[in-house]
Amino acid sequence: MKFLPFILRNLKRKKTRTILTVGSIAVALFLFGLLVTIETSLNAGVDVAGADRLVVRNRISLIQPLPLSYQQRLRQMDHVTEATHASWFGGIYQDERNFFPQFAVDTQTYRSVFTEFVMPDDQWQSFLGDREGAVVGKSTAERFKWNIGDRIPIKGTIFQGAWEFNIRAIYEGKTAEADETQFWFHYDYLDESRQWGKGLVGWYTVKIDDPDSAVDVAAAIDERFANSAWESSTETEKAFAAGFAKQIGNIRLIVLSIGAVVLFTLLLVTGSAMATAVRERVPELGVLKTLGFGDGTVLGLVLAESVLISLVGGGLGIGMAKLFTLSGDPTRGMLPFFYLGPDAMALGLVLAILVGLMAGVIPAVTAMRLRIVDALRRV
Amino acid sequence: MAIPISYNIRSVGARWINAVVSVLGVAGTVGVFLAMLAMARGFQATLISSGSPDNVIVLRAGADSEMTSAVSLDQVRIIGDAPEIARSSDGAPLVSPEVVVIGAFPMITTGTDANVQIRGLSERVLEVRPRVRIAEGRFFQPGLAELVVGANAVTTYRGFNLGETVEIGGQDWRVVGVFSTDGSAFDSELWCDSVLLNQTFGRSDNVYQSVTARLKSRDDFTSLKDTLTSDPRMTVDITGEQAYYAKQSQAVSMLIRVLGFLVAFVMAIGAVFGALNTMYSAVAARAREIATLRALGFGGFSVVTSFVLESIFIALVGGVLGCLAVLPLNGFTAGTMNWQTFSHLAFAFKVTPSLMIWGLGFAALMGLIGGLLPALRAARMPVATALREL
Repeated sequence: MKFLPFILRNLKRKKTRTILTVGSIAVALFLFGLLVTIETSLNAGVDVAGADRLVVRNRISLIQPLPLSYQQRLRQMDHVTEATHASWFGGIYQDERNFFPQFAVDTQTYRSVFTEFVMPDDQWQSFLGDREGAVVGKSTAERFKWNIGDRIPIKGTIFQGAWEFNIRAIYEGKTAEADETQFWFHYDYLDESRQWGKGLVGWYTVKIDDPDSAVDVAAAIDERFANSAWESSTETEKAFAAGFAKQIGNIRLIVLSIGAVVLFTLLLVTGSAMATAVRERVPELGVLKTLGFGDGTVLGLVLAESVLISLVGGGLGIGMAKLFTLSGDPTRGMLPFFYLGPDAMALGLVLAILVGLMAGVIPAVTAMRLRIVDALRRV
Repeated sequence: MAIPISYNIRSVGARWINAVVSVLGVAGTVGVFLAMLAMARGFQATLISSGSPDNVIVLRAGADSEMTSAVSLDQVRIIGDAPEIARSSDGAPLVSPEVVVIGAFPMITTGTDANVQIRGLSERVLEVRPRVRIAEGRFFQPGLAELVVGANAVTTYRGFNLGETVEIGGQDWRVVGVFSTDGSAFDSELWCDSVLLNQTFGRSDNVYQSVTARLKSRDDFTSLKDTLTSDPRMTVDITGEQAYYAKQSQAVSMLIRVLGFLVAFVMAIGAVFGALNTMYSAVAARAREIATLRALGFGGFSVVTSFVLESIFIALVGGVLGCLAVLPLNGFTAGTMNWQTFSHLAFAFKVTPSLMIWGLGFAALMGLIGGLLPALRAARMPVATALREL
């Protein structure tokens, strides 16, 4: 610790270089934060999926419906504590670019299955009491400046016509990762008003009492509906979300390769800056050694300088990334889970320290091995 | 008087470690920038090339994609009777009424299900879309449960090789042919008889989702549009096929672009920092040289130009390296989800010469920004003090 003022002095000597090095590390870590956010966001829902929930869809594909009558039959199955359904509405609010997901849900059961969404009870009650009522997530409500009581016109694409809904409740996620963009309304309202597809729902979400038996329950459900006109395909919510994410393509690979390119470049920049700094200071290091500072101390000093720069830069970068994600999704609605978690931030700082160590190692060892005679000769 | 460029090039050689760092920084940035753009372009090109300028697509009014549309057989006939529609040699109108559904099939790479478009149509499609050619096997026979699959579908999804049997909706379908449209979105689809497809999916007969029609001449589009939209029996939207597919590509290519630009922009800042660092050290280390040059009579402006050129030179080397690194990606086929149709789609990266020129321009810009400040510092250095450092 007593060497800290000495290290700071050294860093202040070439202010431009220090600032630039800190800057490039900050940029790299900002990018790291951004990439992690994009990756989690494209893997939307995999991390937040409930382990005790199964998704039941039509075996042909998700866009084929299932009959409403399955709800009772699903409830009777072993380990199933509740079954709720939802249907994709696919409406447009004002302009096609204003995308947000709308679901016609079973109001009796939806809230008890999706407990991660919270809202004041009186709002929920007033939603139940209004046939044209709707519940909307906080981020969508903020995006369009909707308030409770507003009447929202939505143009149906699958179910034709001009639909109108009253905002009755605004939900928030219990955790920061939760999807706050959804829009729910009464399935009954949809079913009464649509011209076709009556008595059909999009998919079921089933809550089970024992996550360990998920695979067996899923198999039992599919077996029960096998050879019927509406065969089902059941998987855990996590597998369902992961399957979706995989269709988006191998984003993880792309993100990782960009991340690797960035980190490598960054290592070079920091490393070369540190090397230059040591090279310039060779005579001084000789003086230090003459005064009796050991090889270890000199090694430590150079390493500490490098790590300090990285840490400051890394902290700055991660902080900026966090601020950036707080300002919201830059693609307007295509990345609903735009969020940088504390784990990723911690990982970023660890990376910064590692970069500092690796970049400092060669110059530090050079400094350590320096022979006093050689060093002083250059004065 | 200008300082000879060979001076700069030899200087770069003398301080090559620093220069290499800058070169790699710029190369990485240009590489990422180009890869992202190549991806966005490839995706867009895949969809746009699906449409032909001679074709129009008719959907139910208000539908934003084939998924949400419905057109009845009566309406198909009215469209076919329109005078603007081209006719085949046997006098039948060149219209292709199509049924589009989605089936879930496992991808070869991950084993997880992807949403694959299944298109029900008739053999007439080969005349409406002359670009479609049967690469292997034959076209399906009407009334039989047979599939012709797109060239990309064969390589992306499991179980679609020629001769294999696939179960869809409780019925076994035999793969009898492979078709190719040279990389358009159709290449990710499965084609079969529309009547059978409607039956299998329990949909009413005589209802289609879209009608693709070939025009006698491209100029007839407006008159056809007027005829159809003013007909009281029709509630349809009519769009040029290319415009329709361009719109389908919007969301995903915008996503890739926004993210690509964001990432490249941030990386560019990092690369400029790297370049600045290199150039500042170069200026500092060469203080005496610069002072000597000034003493010899080279003006401040020559020094600035010289250093900026040096920086641009370093950046351009990086830019070329970045372009070369991305070049192998050209033609690389990736798959992604097209949100607008809710289905999986294979597309190829497109690294075009114009894209590479953009990349080099981007590199030069980074070099310019990274070199300007250090160059100004070099020019401002007092000659006497710098020489005294000898």
